Amino acid sequence: MIRQPGSKPEVMGRRIHILAGLRALLPETGLITEPNLLKPYETDGLSAYRQVPLAVALPETTEQVAAVLKYCHQNGVRVVPRGAGTSLSGGALPMEDSVVVGMMRMNQILDIDYPDRCAVVQAGVTNIGITNAVSENGFFYAPDPSSQLACMIGGNVNMNSGGAHCLKYGVTANNLLGLKIVTIDGDIIDIGGAHLDAAGYDWLGLLTGSEGMLAIVTEVTVRILRGPEGARAMLAAFGSNEIAGAAVDAIISSGIIPVALEFMDRPAIHACEAFAHAGYPLDAEAMLIIEVEGSAEEQDRLLGQLSAICQRFDPLSLKVSQSPEESLAIWKGRKGAFGAVGRISPDYLCMDGTIPTSQLPHVLRRIQEMSDSYGLKVANIFHAGDGNLHPLIMFDANDPSSFHKAEEFGADILKLCVEVGGCLTGEHGVGVEKRDLMQVQFHAHELQQQREIKSAFDPDWLLNPSKVFPLLEPEAAGLPQAA
Amino acid sequence: MQTNFTAEQLRDPDTASSNAVLRTCVHCGFCTATCPTFLLLGDELDSPRGRIYLIKDMLETGRPATEEVVRHVDRCLSCLSCMTTCPSGVNYMHLVDHARTYIEQTYRRPLPERWLRALLGVLLPRPALFRLALTGARFARPLGRLVPGQSMLAQRIRAMLALAPATVPPPSPVERPRVYPAEGTRKARVALMTGCAQQVLMPRINDATIRLLTRLGVEVVVAKGAGCCGALNHHIGQHERAMALARANIDAWSAEPDLDAIVINASGCGTTVKDYGFMFRSEPESWRVKAEAIAGLTLDITQFLSRFGYTPSREAPGLTVAYHSACSLQHGQQVTAEPKTLLKQAGFGVVEPREPHICCGSAGTYNLLQPEIAGRLRDRKLGNLKATKPDLIAAGNIGCITQLSGDDVPVVHTVELLDWMAGGPRPPGVPD
Repeated sequence: MIRQPGSKPEVMGRRIHILAGLRALLPETGLITEPNLLKPYETDGLSAYRQVPLAVALPETTEQVAAVLKYCHQNGVRVVPRGAGTSLSGGALPMEDSVVVGMMRMNQILDIDYPDRCAVVQAGVTNIGITNAVSENGFFYAPDPSSQLACMIGGNVNMNSGGAHCLKYGVTANNLLGLKIVTIDGDIIDIGGAHLDAAGYDWLGLLTGSEGMLAIVTEVTVRILRGPEGARAMLAAFGSNEIAGAAVDAIISSGIIPVALEFMDRPAIHACEAFAHAGYPLDAEAMLIIEVEGSAEEQDRLLGQLSAICQRFDPLSLKVSQSPEESLAIWKGRKGAFGAVGRISPDYLCMDGTIPTSQLPHVLRRIQEMSDSYGLKVANIFHAGDGNLHPLIMFDANDPSSFHKAEEFGADILKLCVEVGGCLTGEHGVGVEKRDLMQVQFHAHELQQQREIKSAFDPDWLLNPSKVFPLLEPEAAGLPQAA
Repeated sequence: MQTNFTAEQLRDPDTASSNAVLRTCVHCGFCTATCPTFLLLGDELDSPRGRIYLIKDMLETGRPATEEVVRHVDRCLSCLSCMTTCPSGVNYMHLVDHARTYIEQTYRRPLPERWLRALLGVLLPRPALFRLALTGARFARPLGRLVPGQSMLAQRIRAMLALAPATVPPPSPVERPRVYPAEGTRKARVALMTGCAQQVLMPRINDATIRLLTRLGVEVVVAKGAGCCGALNHHIGQHERAMALARANIDAWSAEPDLDAIVINASGCGTTVKDYGFMFRSEPESWRVKAEAIAGLTLDITQFLSRFGYTPSREAPGLTVAYHSACSLQHGQQVTAEPKTLLKQAGFGVVEPREPHICCGSAGTYNLLQPEIAGRLRDRKLGNLKATKPDLIAAGNIGCITQLSGDDVPVVHTVELLDWMAGGPRPPGVPD
C-alpha cells in the first residue's frame, strides 16, 4: 500500500462540523457522507491504491466549487479533485481527511465557435463529448486518450493527456486556448481565451499537467479542428517485439509522420481481438497500427511509402483497412486495450514511460528479460511514434506478493526509461504511482523549485497534496506538506 | 480487481459467480460513459462502476443491504449498455441480478413499495389478471391527475395510470396453445413465445408474427404450458417465482418435437430466455442440459428472419422509419444490424437517432418504479428520435413501444412493418 500523509487530527476531530458547513454550500444531493456510499470513491483507474475520503462534493457551478474551496481553505481541509476517475496513476486517490470534489455534474458544452474554431466546455464534459458535439459540422477535438469515451476534459488538462493521434496533432497542451480556474482561496480566474497565446507569463502552460495541485479547472476553451478528408489504417504484423520496434524507428527516421503509429504485442493483440473483432493478426508477435490521412491520393502515396519501409523488416502481413467500419473496429480494439487485458488477467499495473524511439528495440528486449526474471507477464500496448510506452504488468491482486513484485517491476521499467534518456510519464501523470520515482528523474534542488511553485499557489498544501512529489518530513521540506 | 471473500462465502454458488465477475473488472471506468443514469445524475454511485463497488462491498461484508445501497441499485435500468461498452467482458447482468435477489432477502422495503412490487410480480406475468387490472385502470385513468404530492408513491400511481392504455384490446386467439401450419411446403418449425404483458397490451404483434412466419413457410407452435419468461420477477429480485416460470417454459418447449428455433418478438423476454443456461447452472444436470438447449435454440424474430430469408411482396411505401434499438436487443442480445437490414429490405428508409445506445426508460417495470428518471429518459429519447424527422418509429420490444407511444409519431413493432410489406395489413396509425 502506498504511504499517505497522516490525517490531520484537527480536521478528523471536527468532522461533523465540517460536513455540516460543506452541506450548506451545495445542492441537496451534492454531498456524500455515508460511509458505505463513500467506498466507491476510494479509488480511480489505479484500483490497487485505495482510501475512503471524508466526503465527496458534487458541485454544479464554478461558484459552488469556489465556495467549497474557500471553506476548505479556511478550515484546513485537504481537497482531491476528481473527473471521471479514470486516472491510471492514482491522480484522484483520496486521503482519509480529504474532500473529493467530483466534477461529473459540470458536463455542459457552453459555446461552440466554428468561425474561430474553438469551444468552451465545462470540466466534466468527456473528451469524446467535445468531438461528438462538433462532428456533425465536420470538426473534432484532436487529443484522444484511449479512455476518451469516459475521461473528462478537466482531467485531461490536469494530466496533459495524450493519445494515439497526438503524434500529428500534439497533446492536450497544444490544443488548449483558455481555462477558468478556482484557486484554493476560492478566487475564480480566467486564463487565456479564444485567441492564440496571451500576454505575460504562460499560465496555461504552467497549469496544464499540474495534476490538480495548483487549482481546480472548471471550464476549458479548446481548439477544434476540421476533420481530414479521409483516413485509413494499416495493420503491419511482425515476428518479434524488437523487429516491430526497429520498424517504428525506421518510420520516424524517414521523416514521415503518420497521424498515429501504435504498437501492440501478442498478449495485447489476442485480448483486444476478443473484444473488438477487428481482424488483428493472431499469428504475430507484434503489430503496428499505422494510420494516415488526407485525400485518397495522399493516403495511397503515404501507405505505399510506409509499406516499403515495413517490407524491410520481414512483415508477416500488411493489411490496409478497406472500410470505415473496419477502421472503427481497429481503433475500438486499440482504445479498449487496457480494459481488454482484464480478459487475460484480473489486475494490471499500467506503466507510462517515454523514451527516444531509437531505444525501442533495446528497451522492449529489456522489458521481456525483466518479465522473465520477475515471473510476471507483460502486455505492451503503446504510442510507438511518440516513444510513449505502456507496458501492462499483469498480476493477481488477491495475492499480495504478486502485487509487490509488480510494483518493483514497474519501478525498474521506469528507471530504465530515465536511464536511456526518457522520462517517467508520457501522458498519465505522476500521480501517486510514480511519486517516489521523481527522485530518479530530478535532483533534490530541482524538485524543491517545483515544490515552491506549488507553495506559491497553495501555501498550506491543501490541493491534492500527496501526489507528484516524494513525501517528505515537513522540516526537511521546509514546507507544510505532510502532517 | 481485488476481492475479499472467505472460502466459506465462496462455497455459495451465487457468491462464487459474482466473485468471478468482480475479478474480471479492472475498474477502468469506461462503463460510466454510456450509463443513462450517470448521464442524468452525475454521481459515480449511479454508474455501473459505482454500483459494482457498492455490490462488492455489500457481498463481501455480508451485511444486509442498506437503504442507501438499495436506492442506487434500484436506479439501475438493467439496460446493459455497460456490457456493450466494457472491454473486459464483465457480466454486469449476472452481478446486478444477484444483488437484487440479495436485497430482497436482506432488506425490508417500506410497506407501499412491498405492496407495489408484489402486485406487479403477480399481475404482469398473468395475462388474464393483467387484462382485468388494465380494464380497471382505464376507468381510474382520469383520476390520475387528482393524485396530489411529489412523494414516490404519488409519482408511481400517476405513472401507472398514465401508462394504462385508453382502450384494452380484446384477447387474440393466438393466446391459446395450438399449431399454425405453414402455407405451402413446411420449411421450418418454430415455437413462438407469446409473452405475457405484450399479448395483453398489443396482441397484434403476435398476430403479425404468426401471419408473416406461416406465409414464409414456417410452422408456428404456441406450446401448451409456456407463458411468461420470468424476467419481470427476476428483475425485482423474486428469484423463486422466476425459476418456476422458466421451468414451465423449458418443459413446454422441450416437449415439442423438431423445433428449428424458439422465436421471441419481445426482446426483453429474449434476453432472459437466452440466459436460462446460466439461471439453471446450479440445478440438477437434467435441468441444466434442457435449459442450455432451450437457450441455444432461442432467436429474436429479426435474427430468425435474417437467417431464414425475408422478401417483401409490396412496393416500397416511401416511408422513413426511425429505428429505436431496444436495450434488451442491442445490449442484452447484441442484435444490432438485423432489424435495420430487414427494414431496408422491406423498402423503408431507415434512420437512427443520436445516442442510440441510451435507454428510453421503459426497462421492464422501471417506468413504474422510478417514474422520474424514466420520464426524463423518455423525453430525451423521443427528442432524439423526432429530430430525425421520421414518419414512424419501430422497435422490437413491447416495453419501449408503450413507453414511446402517445406522442404524435406512431410507434410500431418491427415485425408489424415486415408483415405489412409481405402482404399483411397496414399497422394502425401508420400513414399511407
